[in-house]
Amino acid sequence: MEIFAVFAPLVGFLFAFLFGKQMGDKGAQAVTCLLLIASAVASCFLFVEVIFGGDGHGAARTIKLMTWFNSGDLAVDWALRVDQLTVVMMCVVTIVSSCVHVYSVGYMSHDACKARFMSYLSLFTFAMLMLVTSDNLVQLFFGWEGVGVASYLLIGFWNHKESANAASIKAFLVNRVGDFGLALGIFSAFMLFGSVEFDTIFEDAERISIENPEMLTITCLLLFMGAMGKSAQLGLHTWLPDAMEGPTPVSALIHAATMVTAGVFLVARMSPVFEFAPIALMVVTVVGGTTAFVAATIGMTQFDIKRVIAYSTMSQLGYMFFALGVSAYGAAIFHLMTHAFFKALLFLGAGSVIHAMSDEQDMRKMGGIWKKIPMTYALMWIGSLALAGIPWFAGYYSKDMILESAFADHSWFGDYAFWMGIAAAIMTAFYSARLIFMTFHGKPRASKEVMDNIHESPPVMLTPLIILAVGAIFSGGIFYQSFVGGAHHESAHADGGRYLAQHASLDPNLVTPHAGDDKHAKVEEDEHHESDEWTKESFWQKSLFVLPENDTVEAAHSVPYWVKKLPIAMGVIGLLLGWLLYNRFPSVPAFFAKIFKPFHVLFFRKWFFDEVYDFLFVKLAHIFGRLFWATDRNVVDGLGPDGVAKTSRGIAGLLSKFQSGYVFQYALIMMIGLIGFVTWFFVKMTFGEG
Amino acid sequence: MVDLPLLSLLTFLPLLGAFFIFIIRGNEATVARNSKRAALYITVVNFLLAVYMMVNFNPDTADFQFVEKREWFGALGISYHMGIDGISLFLVVLAAFLTPICILASWNSIKTRVKEYMIAFLILETFMIGTFCALDAVLFYIFFEGVLIPMFIIIGVWGGPRRVYSAYKFFLYTLLGSVLMLIALLALYMEAGTSDIPTLMANPVALQMQMWLWLAFFASFAVKMPMWPVHTWLPDAHVEAPTAGSVILAGVLLKMGGYGFLRFSIPMFPEATEFFAPMVYWLSIIAIIYTSLVALVQEDMKKLIAYSSVAHMGFVTLGIFTATTQGVEGGIFQMLSHGVISAALFLCVGVVYDRLHTREISRYGGLVKNMPKYATVFMILMLASVGLPGTSGFVGEFLTLMGAYQVDKVIGVLATTGVVLGAAYMLVLYRRVIFGAQKNEDAAKMGDLVTREYIYLVPLIGLILWLGIAPSYVMDRVAPSAAKLIGQYEAGILDEADGPKEATKIKAAKSEDKGQE
Repeated sequence: MEIFAVFAPLVGFLFAFLFGKQMGDKGAQAVTCLLLIASAVASCFLFVEVIFGGDGHGAARTIKLMTWFNSGDLAVDWALRVDQLTVVMMCVVTIVSSCVHVYSVGYMSHDACKARFMSYLSLFTFAMLMLVTSDNLVQLFFGWEGVGVASYLLIGFWNHKESANAASIKAFLVNRVGDFGLALGIFSAFMLFGSVEFDTIFEDAERISIENPEMLTITCLLLFMGAMGKSAQLGLHTWLPDAMEGPTPVSALIHAATMVTAGVFLVARMSPVFEFAPIALMVVTVVGGTTAFVAATIGMTQFDIKRVIAYSTMSQLGYMFFALGVSAYGAAIFHLMTHAFFKALLFLGAGSVIHAMSDEQDMRKMGGIWKKIPMTYALMWIGSLALAGIPWFAGYYSKDMILESAFADHSWFGDYAFWMGIAAAIMTAFYSARLIFMTFHGKPRASKEVMDNIHESPPVMLTPLIILAVGAIFSGGIFYQSFVGGAHHESAHADGGRYLAQHASLDPNLVTPHAGDDKHAKVEEDEHHESDEWTKESFWQKSLFVLPENDTVEAAHSVPYWVKKLPIAMGVIGLLLGWLLYNRFPSVPAFFAKIFKPFHVLFFRKWFFDEVYDFLFVKLAHIFGRLFWATDRNVVDGLGPDGVAKTSRGIAGLLSKFQSGYVFQYALIMMIGLIGFVTWFFVKMTFGEG
Repeated sequence: MVDLPLLSLLTFLPLLGAFFIFIIRGNEATVARNSKRAALYITVVNFLLAVYMMVNFNPDTADFQFVEKREWFGALGISYHMGIDGISLFLVVLAAFLTPICILASWNSIKTRVKEYMIAFLILETFMIGTFCALDAVLFYIFFEGVLIPMFIIIGVWGGPRRVYSAYKFFLYTLLGSVLMLIALLALYMEAGTSDIPTLMANPVALQMQMWLWLAFFASFAVKMPMWPVHTWLPDAHVEAPTAGSVILAGVLLKMGGYGFLRFSIPMFPEATEFFAPMVYWLSIIAIIYTSLVALVQEDMKKLIAYSSVAHMGFVTLGIFTATTQGVEGGIFQMLSHGVISAALFLCVGVVYDRLHTREISRYGGLVKNMPKYATVFMILMLASVGLPGTSGFVGEFLTLMGAYQVDKVIGVLATTGVVLGAAYMLVLYRRVIFGAQKNEDAAKMGDLVTREYIYLVPLIGLILWLGIAPSYVMDRVAPSAAKLIGQYEAGILDEADGPKEATKIKAAKSEDKGQE
């Protein structure tokens, strides 16, 4: 089952890529879509099996496929590890990916290279599945780089556009900087644990944390650096907005729902290690909180509809990271899932708008189109409300949980993240409203031809949107109890009862198990009625690990009343503000921008990260490259062969009897070099050894 | 199997073939055609022999296999001694694999003196394989130096406009290194009374001697590698060499330096190795960072790939001298992997060079439109070169870096920056050649890959993927020999630990005393 789920997309990729010509566009689309849907179905079955199998304790397992490479103590296998965390990720990835595949059939209908596009999407899905099912760090790295390559290929899909090529290279390189950290993290994990397999690492984490806490912290920080690159956290985020150069389905799948969450997955997967590295957790929290805030400020000022959503993604990823940082792993994964649904919905909805507007992405040239594309309009509202955290949409449950957990952490960084998150929440609601009102309401600002051409998207594009909308509405309420539901306090703190599932404290306000058409939702619901023991502990089992004293999700259930209600208030205020400024009084935003010009410029120019990086890295690398090359030609060659040749020509006249001036001079230089070496060596021999 | 002198056959079959081609007579066209065919058949047969050897290689032992030993200069203790272990096995196979590909790649691009060209390549193959099989230092030296001659001729006769300058630069650089090695070999022979490599390995010489010999050998191997700062011959040689010449140069010749380190420097001079290792690390790191940056600003495709070779060889030297299991195995694997990848990359450049006769990057662009298959092939090679997991480039790079990190974290971190830099220049190259607008009309008219080009590119890609996904076939055969090598190295250090090292400690203590006074 797991083998099928993981490798079906690979088969789809190979077929569409190698035989795309022979099969034709239709054939390639059919093969890739069907295989992915099959993979999604298989993943859902796996979900049920792993979560509910094994007498309610879950049926987590690892299947070894073959040896990858062995070197001394280092043993790396190709293996599929299927546990609770994995199946959640697999379901999210395959469901969103299926939607995007089907949607792409419609969206790319005017493109010349349909088969290639579909094959890349499948390749990406395969790499992502390899990432989440990995049982060791190296295979995870394989998936990690694999999704990076697929992302590179897809961002640069329209490779005749210079901007797309630049964006794809930027994405690859910035990610490589993160991968640099991840690779070092793997090396240092191997040094510490003598293995790269998760099980071994997790078992020894506690012991190592006592023996060598500094190295453990460094290891975690290096791994987190990888996560920062992939998940576009502040500092390594500059590639994400540019990545919007790719076709919109790509943005939905890779740069919103799945790939960018790989970093969150990595930290959650490594939770048994991070738990013992409090300093690393602190860094994660601060980076996450800051990212959430900064990205939201930029999101408020952008005009490209896709970039607004991209910065929003970055901001939401910040939420997930500070949730991880305060040990609320369940909450982070919960938000990852709900976010995947509503953000993919938003992106695909935006794609539908762009499609309708004849490839226009600038919101300043939209407006007044909501009556012409009512379906898209309604779906965009659903996505935006979920994003803004308005009650009973999915985002409400997960975002609230994260903020409450941050508050419940009672540390300075938890508080910092909490307030950053609250500020970001109001901004999130604000830019969501801004996006809706600028795009759909007001007077039409597009040219007449464009306006005349506006049409609702075909069913092949709308159906996936509806499925995602269902997820965006219901996935929060349905999974709340299992992902982050609390147990009784006494039992959670009972000695050794870390994983013990006790009575669930059902909060009647929060659990609204409405019948969704989602398959496992039903099962989930049944489970609720059968036994009241369904809590986050029994859901996650050992796949997430939290020290009892760090269990902020547990503590989050008993935070003060105002903490629980503040995020909702922020959401509502933000939406109202957006409505006031961009619908009622549309002249006001420009006025504000003038008054707060320095801030506006700072936000609008994205805090100048691109400019600084361009100077620091791109320019300097080229300068050094030229410098070194000149060194090669002038100094190395000048002192060496060329200079020798030149002098020798001069000397050859004098020493005409010496036939081969070259060799002689060469030998001389070599001798001088050797004497230098030997002198150094004797000096070191005499003084260096002591 | 036992009776068959397999290694001698492998080594000298091409030489025999060269002789046959030499006696081909007739008009020019016939000679050209026949000598091409003959060369192809001979090298393919030789490759099959190499495969036969690989299959029959016993993976469970670190001893030399297929050993042949005959008296040669009996009185002097020099013998004809051949044998291979896990370290040399795949290098032999690599050489035998790349030669027929080179013949195929030259099929149409070489138009003058075809017969002589083929003879040069066959002789080259003899020397290359001989180098990796020789178990006697004198024999090794003959093969090792012999390689220079056909390569010098290939660059100098069939090369580009500046071929004479490049050929001399190549020849002199390597020869001067070799002169020092010859002196060292003589000294070693005087000291030990034998030139038998296994015997020499088992009996390390005295410490003082080790230092000198190590330096002399280092001079030779470092040039061959090439290591920074004696690398400048490589870009010139590559640029001027014909495609097939570049393939052999990058694919096999560069590996002779690494092989030398593994066969001589580390097992025979363990303490000197330990002493000089930090210097090698730093040279490797400079090579990785410096040449990556230089590659970034190149305008000539071959020069860019040549500089990238120097960077990749930096990983090899770094890994080998860590003397950790991961480092050494990774270094060996990286040599093989780079042999395949860089060979394929040079062939790729050759494909467009044959069509447009320029290597300048800016003369291309937008090739994905008229050469989609070529774009795909190039993409895979580009990704392999940046070390994407799943291709052979990853395994070697990852292991060497892991080895380096274990020895010294600073070294490991600095070397790992090569992962980012390496991606930068390859992606930029790919973008400028394959993507973007079609600016040049003649480049836009070039046709896609033809069957002959498929025949030699597809197996290389297959190999890259196979080595990337299931490298254990190679790793399992390399492991025992690598373990033995590390064992020898460590034993060598321990042996002398209570001998000369004590002396140096006393010396150091004395000098400290002096300092205090």
